[in-house]
Amino acid sequence: MSSLSYAAPTSVDDAVKLLAGASGVAKVLSGGTDLLVQLRSGRLKPELIVDTKKIPGIIGIREENGGFVIGAATPGAVVEAHPGLNAAWPGLVEALDLIGSTQVQGRCSLAGNLCNASPAADSVPALFAAGATAVVVGSKGKREVPVEQIPTGPGRTSLAKDEFIVEFRLPPRPARSGDAYLRFIPRTEMDIAVVGCGISVTLDANGVCTAARVALGAVSPTVILVPAAADVLIGHKLDADTLAKLDAAAQAAAKPISDKRGTVEYRTKIAGVLARRTAAIAFDRANGIKNGKAH
Amino acid sequence: MAKTYVSATINGESSEFLCETQQTLLDVLRDVVGLTGSKEGCASGDCGACSVIMDGRLVCSCLVLGVEAEGKTITTIEGIAQGDHLHPIQQKFLEHAALQCGFCTPGLIVATKALLDENPNPTETEARYWLAGNLCRCTGYDKVIRAVMDVAAEMRGETVG
Ligand SMILES: Cc1cc2nc3c(=O)[nH]c(=O)nc-3n(C[C@H](O)[C@H](O)[C@H](O)COP(=O)(O)OP(=O)(O)OC[C@H]3O[C@@H](n4cnc5c(N)ncnc54)[C@H](O)[C@@H]3O)c2cc1C
Ligand code: FES
Ligand code: FES
Repeated sequence: MSSLSYAAPTSVDDAVKLLAGASGVAKVLSGGTDLLVQLRSGRLKPELIVDTKKIPGIIGIREENGGFVIGAATPGAVVEAHPGLNAAWPGLVEALDLIGSTQVQGRCSLAGNLCNASPAADSVPALFAAGATAVVVGSKGKREVPVEQIPTGPGRTSLAKDEFIVEFRLPPRPARSGDAYLRFIPRTEMDIAVVGCGISVTLDANGVCTAARVALGAVSPTVILVPAAADVLIGHKLDADTLAKLDAAAQAAAKPISDKRGTVEYRTKIAGVLARRTAAIAFDRANGIKNGKAH
Repeated sequence: MAKTYVSATINGESSEFLCETQQTLLDVLRDVVGLTGSKEGCASGDCGACSVIMDGRLVCSCLVLGVEAEGKTITTIEGIAQGDHLHPIQQKFLEHAALQCGFCTPGLIVATKALLDENPNPTETEARYWLAGNLCRCTGYDKVIRAVMDVAAEMRGETVG
């Protein structure tokens, strides 16, 4: 049996030193709901696990400069119980809440979902749509990175060996803004997305879209931002013509693979349908129309 | 390799153990501490047979490292009964025949305890979603849900006919 060490540093500096000093593979641990499964299957053979959860601030939510800051390892259950986040970013909260069971929600984090870098990760399209940034720390200091620059391929990220995410920053929310995330799965609970879509919009007083971000999951090697789909929304109300263009733009951006969950043709079509449905919820929310949960 | 010394509160008692990093909390509970009530159905977070309450949160003990238990308060199925008296949840599972082989039962009872601690008055839909991470091959879930709704009412002091 290979030897595996564990450390639970109580400061960012100590964590970075441990990561930088490891001779073999070192893995950061948040909720462990991906990492422990990979350890058990033997897919991953690290020599060191650095548990971040004792670092002050890495679990928790605070408001700063008119926006929210979410600690990297904050469990889904904590995010879901936060009234301010539910009011400002219901789509992001629902996306994270879709992950796994009650048991998984007690542990799963945004950082783990993003850095596990699955193309089907549920919270990631919502994070991309929100325009969130990740605060990354490492030996060279601190940098703030748009979340869409973190995943680079299935299971791969742009983070250096000695880097990890300490928190996510969500921008201040202008009036008449709304977000939504929908995933398509063949059952109602506990499944992996065939396609996921996150959309965030801001409208003017007449209901015309002034800003939009659209992201798709499970149709590409990573979650993708789709600027062409955002462009068809900006300057328009969500009428039939806009919806048709949005559908077409989402389909054009989708470059899925065929697997047991769906064929290329099926996933491409669903990407368009899901984009329309997600946009409808995001626009409703921006217009002050309250929806129930999107799932 | 060197083992890590861990001290935690398990079922109200302080507990100390040595464990290797790759041992899960479930491994430690079963093989080191000797609490074999928590079951391993899948070891991948899918079945819930290993459910425990850690610092007030329901988790799969197969997805927690033993070393992460340092300083934590943990409730396992062995900590649910009050001495020789079954907890009302256990009693209602028996009355409603909410188990057959019983392999899923420790996890379901711990998960039900966590549900009622947080929400004493769940709707049936809320109870079903809460328990969606606890798989049962035998009962078809309906008897489980009847037991959960009945015990919730009883614990609220309501009697159901
Ligand atoms: C039963 C079950 C159901 C699931 N269902 C879903 C689902 O429906 N949708 C979905 O998207 N996912 C699902 N997952 C996968 C998993 O729960 C999520 O990806 C979760 O968000 C991972 O978060 P974590 O904190 O547990 O990550 P961990 O397991 O702790 O970490 C995951 C990866 O991210 C890295 N990492 C962790 N924290 C940081 C950090 N701060 N900085 C840099 N890297 C970091 C780790 O090194 C590791 O490579 C499921 C898992 C299980 C077991
Ligand atoms: S053994 Fe832990 S969830 Fe199945
Ligand atoms: S009673 Fe047999 S698995 Fe549930």
